[in-house]
Amino acid sequence: MSLAELICPAGTPAALRTAVDAGADAVYCGFQDATNARNFPGLNFTPDELAASVAYAHARGTKVLLALNTYPPAGKVDLWRQAADTGARLGVDAFIVADMGVADYIARTHPDVRLHLSVQAAASSPEAIRYYCEEFGVKRVVLPRILTIPEIRQIRKEIPCEIETFIFGNHGLMVEGRCSLTNYLTGQSTNMDGVCSPASDVTYERCADGAMASRLAGFTIDRFGPEENAGYPTICKGRYTAPHRDEAFYAFEEPVSLNLSRLLPELIEAGVHAFKIEGRQRSKSYVRGVVSAFRKAVDDIRAGREADIADLVALTEGQKQTQGAFQTKKWR
Amino acid sequence: MNASVAHGPAPVARGAVSRLSCLVVQPLLIRIVRRIAAQHPGLFARLGPHQQTDFVIDATELPFALHLRPDPDALIFRAVPRDALPQAGALIRGRFMLLLELIDSEEDGDAAFFSRDLEIGGDTEAVVRLRNALDDVDVSIAEEAAQMFGAPGRAILARLRRAYADDTKGRGHA
Repeated sequence: MSLAELICPAGTPAALRTAVDAGADAVYCGFQDATNARNFPGLNFTPDELAASVAYAHARGTKVLLALNTYPPAGKVDLWRQAADTGARLGVDAFIVADMGVADYIARTHPDVRLHLSVQAAASSPEAIRYYCEEFGVKRVVLPRILTIPEIRQIRKEIPCEIETFIFGNHGLMVEGRCSLTNYLTGQSTNMDGVCSPASDVTYERCADGAMASRLAGFTIDRFGPEENAGYPTICKGRYTAPHRDEAFYAFEEPVSLNLSRLLPELIEAGVHAFKIEGRQRSKSYVRGVVSAFRKAVDDIRAGREADIADLVALTEGQKQTQGAFQTKKWR
Repeated sequence: MNASVAHGPAPVARGAVSRLSCLVVQPLLIRIVRRIAAQHPGLFARLGPHQQTDFVIDATELPFALHLRPDPDALIFRAVPRDALPQAGALIRGRFMLLLELIDSEEDGDAAFFSRDLEIGGDTEAVVRLRNALDDVDVSIAEEAAQMFGAPGRAILARLRRAYADDTKGRGHA
């Protein structure tokens, strides 16, 4: 049986302490720069804050995973190398990486620190995952959210490392690490700058009828009716008009969150080693609520009890949730 | 950016009530914001360039809006009648207790935005920075503010929270 570790998000030191206190087995976080995929304004850690946070977590038996999961532009690797050196010096328990160059540097320079392969690497086949294990000593892969549980079970049999899957939060199904939609409108890169829909390019406008229009770099990407729930201002979840459709429609994805609370027993049985909760950009309130709910659920399952999952729909995007591809490939 | 005008008394009477309310609460606001700034100086670093941004915080039930400029060297936190709002760099609008619970991270800002209980306008980056700065404060800012006014302050906050919890449950948000 897998250990079913709970891997929890922290966008600030206070959120990290909240996650630890709520029962996280490990917390993942990043520096205040482009080395991680949540490079949002006012978010993340200075080296001093990370040092104090590692001490807080370790004193309570919780691991700290440092996300270095963006791709350095060609020839500009120093920022990522310095971040890895700082993380190793501060005693983080693992690096979460996507780029082969970053993985290679860490494998050679800090061989004692575990490497986890980020979902941003989009490694979804046994061949791809084995390559990262053999070449860089990757110990765990975070699987893209495009696989069914039988597929995960089969992959587990064919790879030499642990598997981590997302269980709650933002549900992005673009080929992860390859999405360029934000670049197209803003000139900034989700994968190299760490910003999907940078806040500096987002505006909301209240319309006379009570509707709300959300815009990115001046382009309207959705318009929510007065009583309609809203979603994040990301292009992939925008609603668009097209000549062949009578009304605006979700051309790529819908604003909806992943929630696999009811599939936890099957995921554990399939050999998933760790469960990831998305949401470093969310508040302490979200971290406290979601981590506590999943802590209790995992503990119940481990103890052979039926899990009692708290209702988390109020925290989901658009107040809608899905089991996505984990349940069936017919999703969407 | 114009705040919406609430229904109720005639505009002249409403304006007079608003101005009088501003005069009454202003000394309290100054005390509160100076105390919070002194207790949590780390808050300002996360604001970055938006220390000079003018935030209009519009608690919809109050007879006035709040103007915040979180500049540590020249703090502004004042009550302003809705017909005399400053040019806002960023707008945050919602029910008073929702805003208070967001400040204390008792509620999640993204969830309040998804449900349309929270409205934001103007510079989104400024709002995100303010949210993240406040979220990194461990203690309850509302309780710290209430504590400044002793037992009556604590009692009022407790009463407001009870009423808000009951109302939220009634609206199916629990």
